[in-house]
Amino acid sequence: MATKASRSAARLMISPAVILLLAWMIVPLSLTLYFSTLRYNLLMPGMEEWAGFSNYYYFLTDPAFFDALRNTLVLVGGVLAITIVGGVLLAILLDQPMWGQGVVRVLVIAPFFVMPTVSALVWKNMFMNPVSGLFASLFKTLGLQPFDFLAHAPMFSIILIVSWQWLPFATLILLTAMQSLDSEQLEAAEMDGAPPLKRFWFITLPHLARAITVVILIQTIFLLSVFAEILVTTNGGPGTATTNLTYLVYAQSLLQFDVGGGSAGGVVAIVLANIVAIFLMRMIGKNLDA
Amino acid sequence: MARAVTNRRKTIATAAAWTIGFLIFFPILWTVLTSFKSEADAIASPPKFLFFDWTLENYATVQERSNYFRHFWNSVVISVGSTLIGLAIAIPAAWAMAFVPGKRTKDVLMWMLSTKMLPPVGVLVPIYLIFRDTGLLDTRTGLVIVLTLINLPIIVWMLYTYFKEIPADILEAARMDGASLRSEILYVLTPMAVPGIASTLLLNIILAWNEAFWTLNLTAAKAAPLTAFIASYSSPEGLFYAKLSAASTMAIAPILIMGWFSQKQLVRGLTFGAVK
Repeated sequence: MATKASRSAARLMISPAVILLLAWMIVPLSLTLYFSTLRYNLLMPGMEEWAGFSNYYYFLTDPAFFDALRNTLVLVGGVLAITIVGGVLLAILLDQPMWGQGVVRVLVIAPFFVMPTVSALVWKNMFMNPVSGLFASLFKTLGLQPFDFLAHAPMFSIILIVSWQWLPFATLILLTAMQSLDSEQLEAAEMDGAPPLKRFWFITLPHLARAITVVILIQTIFLLSVFAEILVTTNGGPGTATTNLTYLVYAQSLLQFDVGGGSAGGVVAIVLANIVAIFLMRMIGKNLDA
Repeated sequence: MARAVTNRRKTIATAAAWTIGFLIFFPILWTVLTSFKSEADAIASPPKFLFFDWTLENYATVQERSNYFRHFWNSVVISVGSTLIGLAIAIPAAWAMAFVPGKRTKDVLMWMLSTKMLPPVGVLVPIYLIFRDTGLLDTRTGLVIVLTLINLPIIVWMLYTYFKEIPADILEAARMDGASLRSEILYVLTPMAVPGIASTLLLNIILAWNEAFWTLNLTAAKAAPLTAFIASYSSPEGLFYAKLSAASTMAIAPILIMGWFSQKQLVRGLTFGAVK
């Protein structure tokens, strides 16, 4: 099979990618760890000193941290709930025989390709603005009071925006999974008189289980790091109402120039993301064997 | 009888799917429409859908006031540049892992994937400081480096799953016929690998074009790509809906078109081959 020569050639071909990624992981990570033990503010250069674990202490006992943790969970959970439920329903709908299926698919997938800053600003200004947004016009036509979404329901609004971006992704993956479902199985169940809800529960849903897991895990990785949408709509406010962990660390390090505190926050974010990552890796690793 | 029922079911499914598809697409459609309105028409109440004076002035104004095409060009350079460099590094690696798998190939692949799990904010501070000290802040070079590295695992993985599907027998046959490693890659592997490489290229340009954490944090005026440029509309300037729409339409149009072409590969690329 593979000769010794081709084996060493292979090693040579893999090494640039491995070395670069290794450097990309180790250098910044060890610096983050190092900074997190320093009292280090960019406004006071030359004043760095060893601070032990005090940065972690301040970060983890800061009420803003708990707000950020809660907001992160609400944001990730809310978007996941909307996109999974919506995605399953849409995938089933799009899997039905219909005219112009390709066109509908193209329409549904489109939001995924819109850059985060554009979608956030379009929603914020042209839809959710309480004076001149489309929702305000709609509410007026219905005889309702216009609603200031980003002021009175900021987290809900951001969940809505982010869900709009990720619903296409969930739909597309679940639709791909749907198409590998053996339709004879469903037809047989239908002949046997199984009602639609039962067919969904006992045949379709178990078939989609794997794809749903993949969607949940991958979206979670990205949703933990939602940033641009918050930056251009609410700046984390009002107060800390929409500050997630990513935004909190950004604010602490690049707005307050607190390198030490921001680094400690970064380490906390890494630890939390890794808990999710372990599950995802196991999932994909299993697939690699199959 | 059965046929009539099927047809009715098909009609209902069609109507429902088109309605929902239209609703999901509507914000994009609305942005494109608004970009052709005057500012007054853009905030008119009740809103004007199609019957307004169509104008191109917003596009001209956006370009004039902010040199839009410089930012557009930044986006092109950063996304295409990082993707091409990424491919140059990843193609040999993926080739070796797919055709000369060793005992630890799987571990290396999984480890590469794990670097993708690193939340960007966890390394924001050191990257920012390194960039500040090396003069890479607000340069296209700096962003190309970062985006190459963050997308490298995805590129390797996508290529790997494509290369895996190329039958190894063909390579063996070429080797039997005395093909060198170089000609094996050049004349046997490359033609079969081109479709996979093309999909990988497309998907990664899309990802890099829309990347909005590093581009926002590492650029100011000079090297800002469109993601960062559009973010400047979050100030009251964003209330000029027609101009915001024109800038947005130009920013998303090329990627929308590329995206529609690559929708099938998207599934494979973003799930690391876990769903095909």
